Amino acid sequence: MRFEINRESERHLPDKDLQACGLFGVMNIEGKRFGGEMAIKAIVNMRARGNGLGGGYAVYGLYPEYKDYYAMHIMFQDRNMDAKKKVDEFLSRNFDIVYDEEIPTNPEARVMYPPLVWRYFVAPKKKGEDAKFSDDDYVVAKVMHINTSIEDAYVFSSGKDMGVFKGVGFPEDVAEFFMLDELYEGYMWTVHSRFPTNTPGWWGGAHPFSILDWTVVHNGEISSYGTNRRFLEMHGYYCTLFTDTEVMAYAVDLLMRRQGLPIEIVSKIFAAPMWDLIENMDEKKKKLYTTLRMVYAPLLINGPFTVIVAHHGEMFGITDRIRLRPITAGARGDLVFLSSEEAAIRAVSPKLDLAWTPRGGEPVVVRLKRKDHLMSLKESV
Amino acid sequence: MKTYMLPEFIIERSDERCIRCRVCERQCAQEGHWYDEELDVMFHNEETCIGCQRCVVFCPTRALSVRPHPSTYRPNANWTREKLQDLKKQAETGGVILTGSGNDKPYRIYWDHLVLNASQVTNPSIDPLREPMELRTFLGRKPDGLDLKVSEDYEDVEIRSELYPNVMIETPIVFSAMSYGAISYNAFKSLAMAAKEFGTLFNTGEGGLPKSMREEFGQNTIVQVASGRFGVDPEYLNVSAVMEIKIGQGAKPGIGGHLPGEKVSINISETRMIPEGTDALSPAPQHDIYSIEDLSMLIYALKEATNYEKPVSVKIAAVHNVAAIASGIVRAGADIVAIDGLRGGTGAAPKIIRDNVGIPIELALAAVDRRLREEGIRHKASILVAGGFRNSGDVIKAIALGADAVYIGTPALVAMGCTLCQKCYTGKCAWGICTQDPYLTRRLNPEIASRRLVNLLRGWSHEIKEMLGGMGINAIESLRGNRDHLRGVGLEEWELNVLGVKGAGE
Ligand code: SF4
Ligand code: SF4
Repeated sequence: MRFEINRESERHLPDKDLQACGLFGVMNIEGKRFGGEMAIKAIVNMRARGNGLGGGYAVYGLYPEYKDYYAMHIMFQDRNMDAKKKVDEFLSRNFDIVYDEEIPTNPEARVMYPPLVWRYFVAPKKKGEDAKFSDDDYVVAKVMHINTSIEDAYVFSSGKDMGVFKGVGFPEDVAEFFMLDELYEGYMWTVHSRFPTNTPGWWGGAHPFSILDWTVVHNGEISSYGTNRRFLEMHGYYCTLFTDTEVMAYAVDLLMRRQGLPIEIVSKIFAAPMWDLIENMDEKKKKLYTTLRMVYAPLLINGPFTVIVAHHGEMFGITDRIRLRPITAGARGDLVFLSSEEAAIRAVSPKLDLAWTPRGGEPVVVRLKRKDHLMSLKESV
Repeated sequence: MKTYMLPEFIIERSDERCIRCRVCERQCAQEGHWYDEELDVMFHNEETCIGCQRCVVFCPTRALSVRPHPSTYRPNANWTREKLQDLKKQAETGGVILTGSGNDKPYRIYWDHLVLNASQVTNPSIDPLREPMELRTFLGRKPDGLDLKVSEDYEDVEIRSELYPNVMIETPIVFSAMSYGAISYNAFKSLAMAAKEFGTLFNTGEGGLPKSMREEFGQNTIVQVASGRFGVDPEYLNVSAVMEIKIGQGAKPGIGGHLPGEKVSINISETRMIPEGTDALSPAPQHDIYSIEDLSMLIYALKEATNYEKPVSVKIAAVHNVAAIASGIVRAGADIVAIDGLRGGTGAAPKIIRDNVGIPIELALAAVDRRLREEGIRHKASILVAGGFRNSGDVIKAIALGADAVYIGTPALVAMGCTLCQKCYTGKCAWGICTQDPYLTRRLNPEIASRRLVNLLRGWSHEIKEMLGGMGINAIESLRGNRDHLRGVGLEEWELNVLGVKGAGE
């Protein structure tokens, strides 16, 4: 659930969610699109990592026919039509809506409390003051508005040529509900299975968590949450979900989208090398890593986590610096896989050219038309 | 005038154990013991005893005990013994009552009402004996972000942003300002040696840095520029690691300092750059700082004098509107804000001020950290807090409330021998710390005292690592401002709100 926030003192902020999870991601690095079967089959293989209280998918290369428009997937809790009316009005005021429709669903699927989920393809309609915003920042502001101000409405995703499908249930049930194996294709899929220790029946709380075309699926329980959250607040990101994932997503947005740092650097901020290691680097590297740790100390992500972050053309996976959560990578032909478990990769591709386990804090970066994922091979365990 | 005051301490000597070695006589700085050769008897004088326990510790046969004097007035919750004694003292002297050390009144100690978290199941705790546990801390201004130029293969990275000077310390604990003059050369040097060995900092206070120590200890020194400007010269600034403008002190907010001429020996006069034997008077305000703009000018004057290579700290006492003042200080260009709380120590202060002015450091810290975050400038300055830290638990709670590092003064003195007798202002410290009497200072051996100080830092650092590991954190920066790891016990609603901490079980 989202929370009404009393900011008189931060002691009124809710506690954050605790959860464990299974993650999987696959990309065709030549950009060839494929269906949802692999993602579904892989996550089913890791059933024990979820408990049926959340599953979700992010698909890239989803809407080639509308690829110039922001695709908004918006859910309406309890099929609240009043909320839908407000969103429709809000969107038509601020965007040109090129096309919209209900996302087709299968009523037979075993999911709990399905909301109404709608998709809109929109182009920003910036007026006056707004002109100084980039399109992306404009969209972010509008998404934040819907999420925080229109009750019962929540934006699943808001990027171009991509979309998030998620809900409460096992991931295979969510896939069945949205008919992912029949209706959609993409060149990259990430998927998440959730094991929350509390029981929110709210679809917005499932992963992937997304803003613009960025999606985050995450497994972990970060002990630096409070420090991270406060730093992000200082940069204008107000957490409303109180999950580690939200913090990760905002940190990625701040560092990668707003400050333009590549993941090779960002991973060294999230999972900074130990000082002992830094001491032994050559002078130039030593200076770089010392500076990174000094400047971005509040964004060190401490405690166990694995995260797979994706946006167009790029997907990366990383674990915390002392590797308290698992991640495995695999490659076969043009397909590159990231997963919580190797077994899940083998379930969809029994034969692999490569399979490796990266070291703690060492990112596996998968990019379109590049072989960057091989960089992490030499750093594997 | 006959004094009507009761003795504060009673001295008891077991005549059976006493071997007439006269150690107590030599150790006491108050002429508390003497020997009568004819009678072969040791006598003592309770009128002068200040309860420093020096004689007790050094008596080879454990023949002595010194404890609060049992004679008392009729018990009265309002008119306590201390209040009555103070009244009598003033009736006899007509003066301001002086004291040393920190506020000893039972104001609420918030550290004792805050408890820490630990990991269970969902998040493993980390064993500091097996895994790295990092306490390294940087003091100084941080940029908003980094502008990096990254090569095509991501291998070569160029830092293009302008960086501000930062000082690295190996543990988030530094020694508070204690001036050469207020404390002995040996005590001063012990602090410097310990700071250097452990990779942290000590603070010169307002008494300058002796020339002989500059080269060896400069890089572990926070040099103070206070209202009297004693000992400030370009070299003093340039050898330092950090420069600190002292506006106020927790033990005596709003007033200056006074080092009596008797203490201004030749060495101290050289270091302070004042004539030998003259009183060293620090005015209450800095007379070139009557506003925040003036402060800014001094900050930049110091930076200018040192080529913008060192962070500048501004130290204030924790007073009512400390958050707004701290914000102004950061905006004026300070790289570090040092806040000294209600329980901060001193070598000499009017008792009435020490006991009644200022606010507790816990509340001040929480308010300042919150204000700086709300204004989006928390990263522009480090927060150093001082005033009453008693153990590593207090330190780690301060970090979780938002401090970058903690100043310790009293714990360092106690490690060197101090027993908090509160008579620092008399200049007759039997432990050789707060005195310039060569007979007394000689007893403090810097080799040994610095070892005691290093042991203290090591012990506390180990304990902090244990507690961090328990919370599933392996670098101190992930606890900084992480109030989620604190809970309050026995606090009122408003106190929890100010601290920004939930109550236990909430
Ligand atoms: S002043 Fe100290 S040394 Fe002297 S008698 Fe009292 S306790 Fe002993
Ligand atoms: S130090 Fe102890 S043994 Fe020696 S004279 Fe004093 S009381 Fe007696």
